[in-house]
Parts: sequence; C-alpha cells; structure tokens
Amino acid sequence: MKRDVERTGVFTRRALLLLGGQLAVLGTLGSRLYQVQVREGARYNTLADENRISARMIAPPRGRILDRFGTPVAGNITNWRAVLVAEQADNVKATLDAFSALLPLSEYERVRIDRELHRRRKFIPVLVKEFLTWDEMAAIEVNAPDLPGIAVDAGTSRSYPFGSQLAHVVGYVAPPNEADVADDPLLALPGIRIGRAGMEKYHDLGLRGRAGAVQFEVNAVGRIIRELDRQEGIQGEDVGLTIDSGLQLSVLNSLGDESASAVVMDCRNGEVLAMATNPSFDPSVFNSGVSQAQWLQWTNDRRTPLINKATSGLYAPGSTFKMAVALAGLESKAITPADRINCPGYLDLGGTRFHCWRKGGHGMLNLRGGLKNSCDVFFYEVARRTGIDHIATMANRLGLGVELDLDLPGQRTGLIPTREWRIGQGHAWNIGDTIVSGIGQGYVQVTPLQLCTYVSRVATGRVVQPHLTRKLAGVLQPGVEPDDWPMLGMTDKMLNNVREGMWAVVNEAGGTAPQARLADPSVQLAGKTGSAQVRRVSRELRESGHFDSDKLPWEYRPHALFVAYAPYDAPRYAVSVVIEHGNAGATAAGPVARDIMAATLRRDPANRSVSPSAQVADARP
Amino acid sequence: MMDRRLWREPSFDLMGKVLQINWLYVLLLCCLAGVGYVALYSAGGGSPEPYATRHAMRFAFGLLVMLAIGLVDIRVIAKLAWPAWLGGVVLLVLVLRMGHVGKGAQRWLELGPLQMQPSELMKLALVLALAAWFHKASWQRMGNPLFLIPPLIAVLIPVGLILKEPNLGTAAITAMLGACMFFAAGVRWWKFLLVTLPIPLLAQFVYGHLHDYQRARIDTFLHPESDPLGAGYNIIQSKIALGSGGMWGQGFLQGTQAHLDFLPEKQTDFIFTIIGEEWGFVGGVAVMALLGLIIVGGMLIALRCRHQFGRLVALGISCNFFLYVFVNIAMVMGVIPVGGVPLPLVSHGGSAMLTVMVGFGVLMSVHVHRDVEFPTKREDG
Repeated sequence: MKRDVERTGVFTRRALLLLGGQLAVLGTLGSRLYQVQVREGARYNTLADENRISARMIAPPRGRILDRFGTPVAGNITNWRAVLVAEQADNVKATLDAFSALLPLSEYERVRIDRELHRRRKFIPVLVKEFLTWDEMAAIEVNAPDLPGIAVDAGTSRSYPFGSQLAHVVGYVAPPNEADVADDPLLALPGIRIGRAGMEKYHDLGLRGRAGAVQFEVNAVGRIIRELDRQEGIQGEDVGLTIDSGLQLSVLNSLGDESASAVVMDCRNGEVLAMATNPSFDPSVFNSGVSQAQWLQWTNDRRTPLINKATSGLYAPGSTFKMAVALAGLESKAITPADRINCPGYLDLGGTRFHCWRKGGHGMLNLRGGLKNSCDVFFYEVARRTGIDHIATMANRLGLGVELDLDLPGQRTGLIPTREWRIGQGHAWNIGDTIVSGIGQGYVQVTPLQLCTYVSRVATGRVVQPHLTRKLAGVLQPGVEPDDWPMLGMTDKMLNNVREGMWAVVNEAGGTAPQARLADPSVQLAGKTGSAQVRRVSRELRESGHFDSDKLPWEYRPHALFVAYAPYDAPRYAVSVVIEHGNAGATAAGPVARDIMAATLRRDPANRSVSPSAQVADARP
Repeated sequence: MMDRRLWREPSFDLMGKVLQINWLYVLLLCCLAGVGYVALYSAGGGSPEPYATRHAMRFAFGLLVMLAIGLVDIRVIAKLAWPAWLGGVVLLVLVLRMGHVGKGAQRWLELGPLQMQPSELMKLALVLALAAWFHKASWQRMGNPLFLIPPLIAVLIPVGLILKEPNLGTAAITAMLGACMFFAAGVRWWKFLLVTLPIPLLAQFVYGHLHDYQRARIDTFLHPESDPLGAGYNIIQSKIALGSGGMWGQGFLQGTQAHLDFLPEKQTDFIFTIIGEEWGFVGGVAVMALLGLIIVGGMLIALRCRHQFGRLVALGISCNFFLYVFVNIAMVMGVIPVGGVPLPLVSHGGSAMLTVMVGFGVLMSVHVHRDVEFPTKREDG
C-alpha cells in the first residue's frame, strides 16, 4: 500500500514533468511560428507576391583523370555557353527567333531545344548554344534586352591533353541521352557530360560529383534581384591511373604507323603502364557531337581506329602460345623437360601432313630447344600427348581466353577451344584441331592484354590481374603489392623450364629473335616470337616454293607478335606487341618490343614515385 | 484491503458508463476535426470535395469506434495488450515481406480495400504492452535492472523492424514513445543516461558499416537542404506560405500560395501551412493551443486514474499524440527534416485517422474505468 502510494507519487511527478516539457516545446514552436509569420513575414510576403524564389542547380566540375605521376590526361576547360530559362522568358519562341537572328541555330538544334524545354521543369536552364567565341558572347550581351530568358554562363568542357594518344584508355564523354537523365536529375543540367568509354565510363559515377544549387530571389518578370543562397557542387573525384603518360608516348612512337597494339605491364602487380593502340581517334570530338562524315571515315577504316586493339582485338597467338602448351605438358606429366622429340620438318597424323616452319626440320630437340627454335613439330607432338583439355585449362589459368578482372569496359574474352566447346558447336573434335592449337593457331584467339598478363604470370608465378586504376580521390587502391596477388600454384622449377627457353630465344646463338636483344648487356630480356596466319596456306602454294608472305595483299599477311619480360633474373616489366599483318614476329614485332622494353627500363616508372618535372614536361604533347 | 472499499466502483450498466465518458474531451476532439474540415475545404479549392466531406465522414465513423472502445472494460483491454503487441510485430514483418513500396519505403500493407500502416498500430500496441508490464512493477522491482530487459526488448524489436522499412522518422518516434513510458514508470534517471549515452557511438558504428546508397539516404534525411529542388523545395515553399500569412492571415480561401499549387501535399502533411497562411499567426497559435489542451486533457486523465496500467496507457497515448503534433508542425516550419507525418485529425487520410481514434478510444476507456479495482497481484499478496 505504501509502495503503491510511492509509485503513484513518482508517476505524478514525472507525468507533470513530461507535460511541462511538452508544453514548453509547443511554446517554442509557437515562438518560431511568430518568427516566421510575423517578424520575417514581410519578407516572405514579398516573395510570395512576386513569385518568389527561383532555384537553379549548378553542375559540379567533373573529376580529373591523372596518370601515375599526376599529369592530367583528362581535365576541364571553360566553355562559354548560352542557356535559356523558360520561366524567365515571356515568349520562348520569340526569344529563340531573336537569338537565331544573331547566331543562327540549325533546324536540328531548334528541335533539340524545343524537346528539352518541354521535358524539363521551367526553372532548369536549357542549353541553346555552347563553345561561344568572344564575339558571339559580346553579341548576346549587347542584345540582352531582346533576349529575355537568355543568359551566358561559364560551363566546363572536357579536355584531353594527350588526345588520341590515350583515347582508348581514358575514353571520352558525350551528352547524356534521355534514358540516362531519367536515372539521375543531375544529368538534366546543360553541359553535363557522361562517360561513354574507357575510364571515363568505368569511373563515371565517381567522376560526376554532386550538383550544387543557387537560390535566387526574382521579381515578377523573372529577373534575378539577388542571390539568396548558394551551395557549391562537389567536384567529382580524381582518378589516378597506373599509366605512365611519358612511356605511353614512347610506346606509340615505337609502333610507328603500323596498325598495331602494345601493352606494358608491371608484371609483379598487374599495373598497366602503357596501353597503346594505333591508329586512334581524337576523344574531344565526342564532346560536341561527331559528324556523319567523321563517323563513316572511322567505321570504314580497315585499321579500326575506334577499337581498342589491346583489349578487344582478337588474334591467334601463334608461337607465343607455346609456353602455355609446354606448361600444360609438364604439369600433366605428358612430357618431361628432358624428353627429346625428333623434327623432320613435318608430322604426319591421320592422313594430314602438318609442317614445321623450317622446311628441313630441326632434328632432335628437348623442351628448351623446342622453345628456342620455336619448333612447330615439337609442339605438335607435345599437344598430341597433352590433349586439348589440359592445354585449355593451363591457358585459362595463365590469363588467356578468359575474362580478365580489368577495370576498362569493353574487353573481349577470346577463345581457347575445348572438346566441349566444339561439340557445343555441333562438330566433333579432331586430333588435327589439337595439333594446330599446339602452335596457337586454329580456333585459339587472344587479346594483346591477355598476352601481356600471360607473360607476367609466367615470369612471376603470380596470378596478377591487369588494372588501370591506381588512386581514387588520391587514395592508393589495393593491388599495388605483389603479395596482393595469389600464387599460380606452379613451382619455380617447372616455370624455369619455359623461362630458360624464352631467354634462349633472344640471348642464345641460334635463337629465333636475336633482334630483340637489349643493347645493354647487363640487363637481359626473355621473349617469344609469334606469327599468326590469318589465312590457311595451301599445300600447292607451299610446295611450289613461291610462298612469300611479303608479296601477299596487306590484309592476308600474318600478324606479327612478340611477348617479353625483363630483367630476366628479376622480372619487373612485361611487354606484348601485336603488329597487324606485320608478317614475321621476330623481324617486325621483336625490335619494337625491344625498344619498348628499353624505354620502360630507362624510365623505370614502377620504381619512381614522383616523376622529375623535366620528364613530365616532355610528356606533354 | 481497506483502501479498496474507499474506491468508487462505477455502476457497470451501459448508461452509467456513457455518463462517465469525458464529454468535454470529446468536444475538444470534435473542435480539432472541425479545424481539419475548414482547412480541407480550403485545400479543396473552396469546396467540400474532394477532401472535406470524406474527412467529416471518417471522423464520424472514428468517433463511433472511439466511443465503443471507451465502453470496453480497461481490464479486458489490458489482457489484449501482449497479443496486440505480437500482432503488431507480425504485421511489421508482413509489411517488410509484401508491403507496398511507397516513396522508397515499405510502409503500407493492403488488406482488401483498406491500406494500413502497421507502424501506427504498433505504437498503440507498444503503449499497451509496456503499461501491462510496468503495472506489475513495484518500486523495488523497478530498481532491478533485469526487470527492465523484457520491456526494452519489446521496444527494440518494433523499432528495428520500422528502421528496416526504412522509416527512420517513425522509428525515432517509437523509440521516444518507449522512453516516455519508461520514464513515467519510474525508471531511475541514471539508467536513462546509461542507455542514451552510447547511442551516438552506436550510431556512428552502424553508419560506418552501411552501404554507400544507404548512407546517402541517411545523409539526405539529415540534410534535406542538400537537395534543394526535392525535399528542401517543399520546406522553402511552406515557409513562404506561412510567412505570407502574417499576423492576421490572408483570410479564409484567400491563401494564394496554397491555391497556386506552390505548396506540395497541402491536404496531408502540409495542412498546417494552409491554416497558417489563411488565418495567420493568430489562427496557427489557436490551433496549437487546441492541440495543447488535448494533450493536457489526456495527461489529466492519466493523473486521475487510480491504477498504474490506466495511468501509463493514458500517458503513452497523450505522448504519442504530442509526438505526432510536434514532428508535423516542426517539419512544416522547417525546424526538422521532412518526415511524412500527418497532423492528427486535421490532415486528410483515412487509415491514420482511424488509428488515432482507436487510441483515443482506449484513452476514454481509461477515463471511464479510472476507479475500477485493478490491483497488482503481487503487491496485494
């Protein structure tokens, strides 16, 4: 009983306390109401009478893209443009007619402006004309009274200091289409651009940033009286690439005028230091729209300037595939390093004769000799003993014919054929298919980036994945340390068998690519040539003795390939070079790969955290 | 027990109960609904359609429901407390599973023609459940921390489920409601401190483990001004409309802002703005005074009740009403972020009205049965 009274007492005290608190809160709200309605009432009343506040979003500057040393490869420049705010124009059509009289607008532009005016809220400015010159701006300002609703503002436009030299990596931006705008109202702002390819596309969301807003107090005709509030947008994040722009220029220089592609990677962590594709295109053209003529010219060019050959060009790897075949044979115990195979110049199997590239044959060879001489018969036999499924598994493990964990949109997977795949196509797998796969022909198709990844994995024994993003908003991303990447699961002893073969190709007398030897004898390069036929060579032609690929039309000549890593004793850089229709790997691609590797070793981008300013300066075009 | 004989047992025939109903309180509620009718008449462009007539009919129906519940014995209602809580939790789970997604959150459950917001029912059920629990509590048992763990869980489960909808605003209101109940039940001050102090740390921890998009959602909730053309636009327009009302208002049906469609959702969440614009500061304060009277009336019912269950239930329902009012008016004036909370009995909307009236029905039952014998068994023994 006493307790109950006590409890009632506590309840009463606390209930009154709560009630008091609640009434106090209501009182505060009441005083706030007084503030809003009476004290500031006059100001709000004016706003209410004259239609009040006009808010306008402001586009944030797009984030920059920098190379590994901080040199901008995509930035922003000021773009003066005329915009129309429908809310502030008495008669939109009259305003636009007056504008056309000053600066002609094409029929197409008028249609676009009308469409946007209908689609957007009345206070969102619609772009009328951009990239205004000084004279055009002056013309608009002088005639401002006749152009109600028209304003000139400074937007930004994308600039690519390296232009076509990094176009395929950096990508480009273009105006968003209607489907994009539905996703994000920020994209409705005039002058905003959306990443359409390359890193601009991959990192688009981060690069976009967040919109700011300005609130204006406007009078009855819509003229701005003053700015009430301004919130600056947040600039998009900077993206730091693994690319060394200076090395990129040097690689392009080495490729010359060939239709070709080359990739340079830090083979210990998969950082792509250079990714060059020739020919290329000017990415800034997309900023304002591509003309029909330009587009046709690009798409009709058989050298395919719009395609990033490094990630999307598919080539038979030819003899560069032989390391994968050898490792498959070793791991499945189909061969040992000491096994010797006789090459009489051909292999007869199932009624078909498969030729070695050397007419007279190579005689007895072990694995090292097979690689050094790039003997086809040796690898026909290894492939026969190993079987296609082991070869395919090994190739996939080394990064060939699989989708790489790459941060660049649009890579192609290529193909390493398997029995299952062929059956899925409605055909039986023939032993001949295995034989030609042994020298990287037939159905085998890979990209230059896959080749570079493959060489990196052979050189380091780690499953590195190629990547182009090094920093986001200045923060180093994971994947820089070799230990970030798992091991391949093959012993160094096994890998050394093919590494020694690759060394012999370049550095031993009688190897197939002495041209690729580095000038500095203290650093040695290990490599492998490849020549990939694009057309089957008929027996008659071969036996007639008149077969000379130099005399073929350009598009029938074999592709020339070369893959390499260096230094041989402490692998740091991997290079792959594919020269379309370049004929022989050793003579066409080998010296190019050597020059690229020499330039890479000289610049040594992986070991240099900050570029000496002189080198940044000469990196600028 | 001697004191029991002193308690006045009300006669339990129907007529006696009807006479016990607090008709003054019912009158206050009718006044508030009348304010709603006038404001909705204006929101409808000077016409009873489409809002005002339906509002009146809904209120009439709600009033009948309220009076009916008011005649139900409070001890019967007490027995239903925990089943109601369980039912509320089941509905919250259902709404997460198959609820209608409106404005980015699953809040509504469709039951045939009726749409309902289980979180509103849950708040009432939570008040009943906590009251039933603390009804058993002696002053000594209140001192035992273990005794406080079950009711704490009874609060946290629905709060967690409402958070998941996600409806941060209602979850916060529910949590505050629970805190009011704990406070009134006599939980020691220092225990409140113990529970509330780690909340900022906990919030930071949870925030750190959210996905980016979830974080963005919370950021927008906490900083609507970062979205000046979305949520912030409403606030700006609402403040302009209020400000244009001035001291005496533009006059009935004269509020230009509201009628020119600058004001979004004027018939629901922003109804107070119409009142403020047309009737000025004077009208706004009058409505706030009416709301204050209803809160005071509810608290008086709580104080006059002779059993702990009734006291706590009446207090909980009054606090819930207060929280509604506070969030809505503060939101309209831009003091707190937009929360999607209507002004009870004034805003247009059927299911919210019914839930509020059910709550007032329970409050009325407390009043009618304020003197019944409803002892705590253990203390009697």
